[in-house]
Amino acid sequence: MFLEEIKKRTLDKIGDKFSKDLRKHEKEVRVVLRNCDLIDPDCIEEYIARDGYVALNKALNYSKQEVIDRIKESGLRGRGGGGFPTGVKWQFAYENDAKQKYIICNADEGDPGAFMDRSILEKDPHVVIEGMAIAAYAIGASHGYIYVRAEYPLAAKRIQNAINQARENGLLGKNIFDCDFHFDIDIRLGAGAFVCGEETALISSIEGERGMSRTKPPFPAAKGLWQEPTIINNVETLANVPLIIKNGPSWFKGYGTEKSPGTKVFALAGKVKHSGLIEVPMGITLGEIINEIGGGMAQKRRHFKAVLTGGPSGGCLTEKHLDASVDFDTLVELGSMMGSGGMIVLDDHDCMVDIAKFYLDFIVDESCGKCTPCREGTKQMYHLLEKITDGKGRLADICQLEKLAKLVKKASLCGLGQTAPNPVLSTLENFKDEYIKHVENKTCPAGRCKALISEFVITDACIGCGICAKKCPTHCITGLKKEIHIINQEECIKCGTCYEVCPKDAIMIKGGVQ
Amino acid sequence: MNEIITTKKMKELDECIERNKMKKGPLMPTLQDAQRIFGCVPKEVQEHIGKKLNESYAKIKGVVSFYTMFSTKPKGKHIVGVCTGTACYVKGAQKLVDKVCEVLKIPYGETTKDGLFTIAPTRCVGNCGEAPVVMIDEDQYGRVTIDQIEEILNKYK
Ligand SMILES: Cc1cc2nc3c(=O)[nH]c(=O)nc-3n(C[C@H](O)[C@H](O)[C@H](O)COP(=O)(O)O)c2cc1C
Ligand code: FES
Repeated sequence: MFLEEIKKRTLDKIGDKFSKDLRKHEKEVRVVLRNCDLIDPDCIEEYIARDGYVALNKALNYSKQEVIDRIKESGLRGRGGGGFPTGVKWQFAYENDAKQKYIICNADEGDPGAFMDRSILEKDPHVVIEGMAIAAYAIGASHGYIYVRAEYPLAAKRIQNAINQARENGLLGKNIFDCDFHFDIDIRLGAGAFVCGEETALISSIEGERGMSRTKPPFPAAKGLWQEPTIINNVETLANVPLIIKNGPSWFKGYGTEKSPGTKVFALAGKVKHSGLIEVPMGITLGEIINEIGGGMAQKRRHFKAVLTGGPSGGCLTEKHLDASVDFDTLVELGSMMGSGGMIVLDDHDCMVDIAKFYLDFIVDESCGKCTPCREGTKQMYHLLEKITDGKGRLADICQLEKLAKLVKKASLCGLGQTAPNPVLSTLENFKDEYIKHVENKTCPAGRCKALISEFVITDACIGCGICAKKCPTHCITGLKKEIHIINQEECIKCGTCYEVCPKDAIMIKGGVQ
Repeated sequence: MNEIITTKKMKELDECIERNKMKKGPLMPTLQDAQRIFGCVPKEVQEHIGKKLNESYAKIKGVVSFYTMFSTKPKGKHIVGVCTGTACYVKGAQKLVDKVCEVLKIPYGETTKDGLFTIAPTRCVGNCGEAPVVMIDEDQYGRVTIDQIEEILNKYK
């Protein structure tokens, strides 16, 4: 077989480069990321040397139903956020006897603060192509699209190069592996719209329309791209497929939990010591991720406050959730969600009301405008939050906010609006006292909301190190070395830099509206 | 508008249109080509594309105005993007945005008078581990502090 020849030739050439262990912590695993940073992504031979395209060959020797059964048995669930069983979805499209069907890889990665899919596309593009080809075979599609976010030009370039190489080697095109299977892939670029990550909006965008969502049903698996049955899968979902076919469903189930088998890639960022991409088995605890793999807080004197998962559709988890298992169902139960894998750690200097406002600002920007609850409701929610962080809020506003959030969640047309209130609801659930302090005491305990800070004051704890004076943008802090410093309130712009940098936490916030 | 729309650029666009016509759903790729060629998609270009692809101007305009990547006015020579994705936001990106606006003396989203810089709203450039991130054209700067902003911008003057 030609794959084996290429493998042998390449292995002889490159030596033991593949034996490196790239994990930074023993609790990490490398399944989906097994090739990342190990192979040259522009070189198909190196992918083949890592047993690439073996799974596609194997799949083509199974019947379509057998392929689907294996994916079903593995329990693979969509990594794009929803966690829908992949095999079940494929079955719908397979059973549809339309002549033309499509497979789409969702590489829109909209969650601001996440970069898992980008890494896979840039560092191991062939695994996505192989996964798509297997999916295409299983459902009976002859054409596929990869919808890549416009902000990822390098990813698009690498994927295009990989597609070209696959074509040259007969792994895309007509009669792949001399079977009666024809399949090819086109890249489509996004144009900067978060909602296009939602599957029906994504379809609209490929069709050349405004990226607006459509009512479901009909689901894309019945009527999708150009009204034909279409399966949309996330990059990471598809990257799992070749491994499941090659190693078998029970191998896959060896990782993770019963209901969420396999591994998950997370983009760990924010106030942790070691940020970056990690892959862990499902079912690991939040604490293990943050404190062990992430190494705890970036600044020792700061305290862990919360971790945001699921991006603008998710919520926050707090100290009491550190022992919770990270899997699809547990995270939803706790009022957040897995999302695509962004994990942002916050410390005691982050204000939860401000975070909720940040996400809503994003949503207001990105709502496609088709349905009223999402378009208008999120805007009103944003205004209420603005009122609260500006020190003009009242207790009734918090109730109003909660009511509105529940309404938008229930009445919106697509996933964007249905999940947009989650950050508000989840911060309200876990940090209601913080909201109340904003409206009743007119203070922001974290020192983020400028309008609620009347003064920064340096206390006796000051050791006179001078760091704050050096960092102050208006140079309004003075004092002798090793003596307590003073802030000139006339010139202070309340930027909070001193509060942030003080190694002794000697700076105190005085609340009250300006 | 004359210097934006030249015959040479129009010819290039027409070639792209011919190529895109062979695909299903040619509008998005064509608009992306136009944005790349002209640096924006002004009304004349939208109308031209409409004629060639047999679509109404209203439809084209609707699509152009929906996506943030398309602009109807030319952008500056250098695009300054202070990432305001979540990871960068919690690491103080807002202060960097304020500083950039202050240094360039323009509001967020606008272009300087000399046409050198545009501050483009940017959400997560996929480098959250290095937050806060500033992007100028294709160059990424990680762990940026307020004092570095002026120095970074000066490199592109
Ligand atoms: C507002 C919104 C944004 C989404 N963004 C993405 C995204 O960026 N990437 C992604 O794979 N799925 C995204 N999804 C989920 C997709 O609609 C879809 O469920 C997913 O791509 C299916 O693939 P999977 O089953 O492999 O997860 C988004 C959903 C919503 C409602
Ligand atoms: S949030 Fe700024 S790079 Fe991801």
